[in-house]
Amino acid sequence: MLRECIKMAFEGMLSNKLRTFLTMLGIIIGVGAVIAMVSLGLGMQEKVKENISSMGSNLLIVMSGGRTANGQRIASGSGAHLTYDDAKAIEKNVDGIKYVSPGVQTSYQLVAGNQNWNSSVQGMTPNIIDIRNYTIAEGRMYTEKEMTSRDRVCVIGQTVAENLFPEGSPVGKTMRINKAPFRVIGVLNSKGQSSMGQDQDDIVFVPLTTAMQRLMGLTYIRNITIQCENEKLIDQVQSDVVALLRQRHKIKTGDDDDFSVRNLAEIIKTAQETTGSITLLLAIVAAISLLVGGIGIMNIMLVSVTERTREIGIRKALGATYHDILLQFLVESMVIGVTGGTTGMILGTIVSVIAAKVIGWPVVVSILATIISVLFSVGIGLFFGLYPAKKAALLDPIEALRYE
Amino acid sequence: MNVIELKDIVKSYAMGDSTVMALNHLTVSFEKGKFTSIVGPSGSGKSTLMNVLGCLDRPTSGQYILEGKDIAQYSDDELAHTRNARIGFVFQSFNLLSKLTAVENVALPLVYAGVGLKERTERAEQALKDVGLGARLYHKPNEMSGGQRQRVAIARALINDPAIIMADEPTGNLDTKSTLEIIDIFEKLNKMGKTVIMVTHEPELADMTQRIITIRDGQLIKDERRD
Ligand SMILES: Nc1ncnc2c1ncn2[C@@H]1O[C@H](COP(=O)(O)OP(=O)(O)OP(=O)(O)O)[C@@H](O)[C@H]1O
Ligand SMILES: [Mg+2]
Repeated sequence: MLRECIKMAFEGMLSNKLRTFLTMLGIIIGVGAVIAMVSLGLGMQEKVKENISSMGSNLLIVMSGGRTANGQRIASGSGAHLTYDDAKAIEKNVDGIKYVSPGVQTSYQLVAGNQNWNSSVQGMTPNIIDIRNYTIAEGRMYTEKEMTSRDRVCVIGQTVAENLFPEGSPVGKTMRINKAPFRVIGVLNSKGQSSMGQDQDDIVFVPLTTAMQRLMGLTYIRNITIQCENEKLIDQVQSDVVALLRQRHKIKTGDDDDFSVRNLAEIIKTAQETTGSITLLLAIVAAISLLVGGIGIMNIMLVSVTERTREIGIRKALGATYHDILLQFLVESMVIGVTGGTTGMILGTIVSVIAAKVIGWPVVVSILATIISVLFSVGIGLFFGLYPAKKAALLDPIEALRYE
Repeated sequence: MNVIELKDIVKSYAMGDSTVMALNHLTVSFEKGKFTSIVGPSGSGKSTLMNVLGCLDRPTSGQYILEGKDIAQYSDDELAHTRNARIGFVFQSFNLLSKLTAVENVALPLVYAGVGLKERTERAEQALKDVGLGARLYHKPNEMSGGQRQRVAIARALINDPAIIMADEPTGNLDTKSTLEIIDIFEKLNKMGKTVIMVTHEPELADMTQRIITIRDGQLIKDERRD
């Protein structure tokens, strides 16, 4: 009986190809969209994770200004600031640390010859390129000595190099940062966009002390980036740093910190929550189109039942029971659902692979989303086919036979 | 012995305020192995009677005993099973499925009887050969003449070897030649022992049967037996 039903369903589908195709299109698009959206969302999540960890793993960032209990930063203008000495003290006194990198940053107008450009100028210690996983393409990084002597030297990213020095190598040339002349001694290799869409090559590194004293006129630093030796030490290092800074800043027990420490694991978690909810949103939108596809099936099945009233009458007159007719129409709507779902699954996977390649995200094909959406399309065939099938199965044989 | 006994059968349709009595307290029985014809003017209730007899429709009231069993107690599924196994119904308008071949049409009752594909096809081919359509086994209905289509319908009615053949104006849409071929088949079936009940408008055809029942306004007005 089931075999007959499946055979009949395929014959029925083939006898009205265009209509079958249009009905299926709803399911194809729905399932395809769910799979494409979920896998793109997961790809995005993966990319964000990759990018954040490419900033360097095991990182702690100490910033001037405390945080209230709910995480808001208290204005950092209260007088208490991080100093270069704080950074040196951390490096000296806290165990389990690989790098300590204090920093200041401001956006400045850059000029070289008749070219000009606006970019983020970051005053950093020389170890910053290791911490942020940059590599030198040309020239070299500045040295500790150049930092102590507050030399006007800088290392620039690819974007800056292209815009200020369109022809020839920038190394050895001079550029003006906020009107002060700096010698370019190195160019970084390209790192591309960050997960937040920032161009990581649009950057200028200058020695920390040069930036503080000759460029920005600061006596304090904005933040200190700390890289721990390994992940397990992060919590220990974080509490040691807090204790040390409280002591150095002479904060009384019970008073709030005048600085805040964030670790990268936290940042990754926040970013993942964000991308996770974007994925969910995309999946919901796609699922709605799947639902619309299901309603399309119901619509066509209702038309089909009406059109075939006489056929149903004949079948019933020849001995088909309620269940025979119910099965026939259910199988038909399920065949539409399954065929559409499978096609949608294949298309969705292809689309998500291509899209991921084009955008440059990792390809993540979610087996779970695939299984769920295909099962769902079977379920939709069943659910939206049930009402029309019941309607058909309940037809009175005589009335169905009289139907013109 | 009676295969069918109808007692005080009423079939009424509500038409707005009034009710139409398509069958008006009809009592009649049919003996096993007889070829009976039912005649009467248009609208007299012949088709209504056939539908009740063929278990396609339930009477409003009255008792229908088929092969000793009261049909009124039957569920819809049991009625479907009875139509499938005990009764072969032939319609005036053939009622074949246009997308299926002759063999598939004939085999349809066997699908619902749970017979496998191979046996179904063999039996359908044999049934078509028996009604003289051995050369048209895999034609679709629209590739056949009216007489051929009605023979396919008869083959379908016979496929599950029912005890009773019912035909509602089986020759109403056919020319004289085809009509005689169809009646010939019914007579042969009757000789093989099947009970045949046929509605007809043509007195010559009724004359060829063993019993003529005349109906008017849903009531039996004449019951003529001849041997
Ligand atoms: N579904 C229905 N609703 C209302 N009235 C009906 C219905 N079916 C039949 N009737 C009425 O019942 C009466 C008997 O109809 P029936 O079809 O049995 O007549 P008939 O003897 O077969 O006529 P014909 O020779 O023209 O086929 C008619 O008056 C008809 O109008
Ligand atoms: Mg009639």
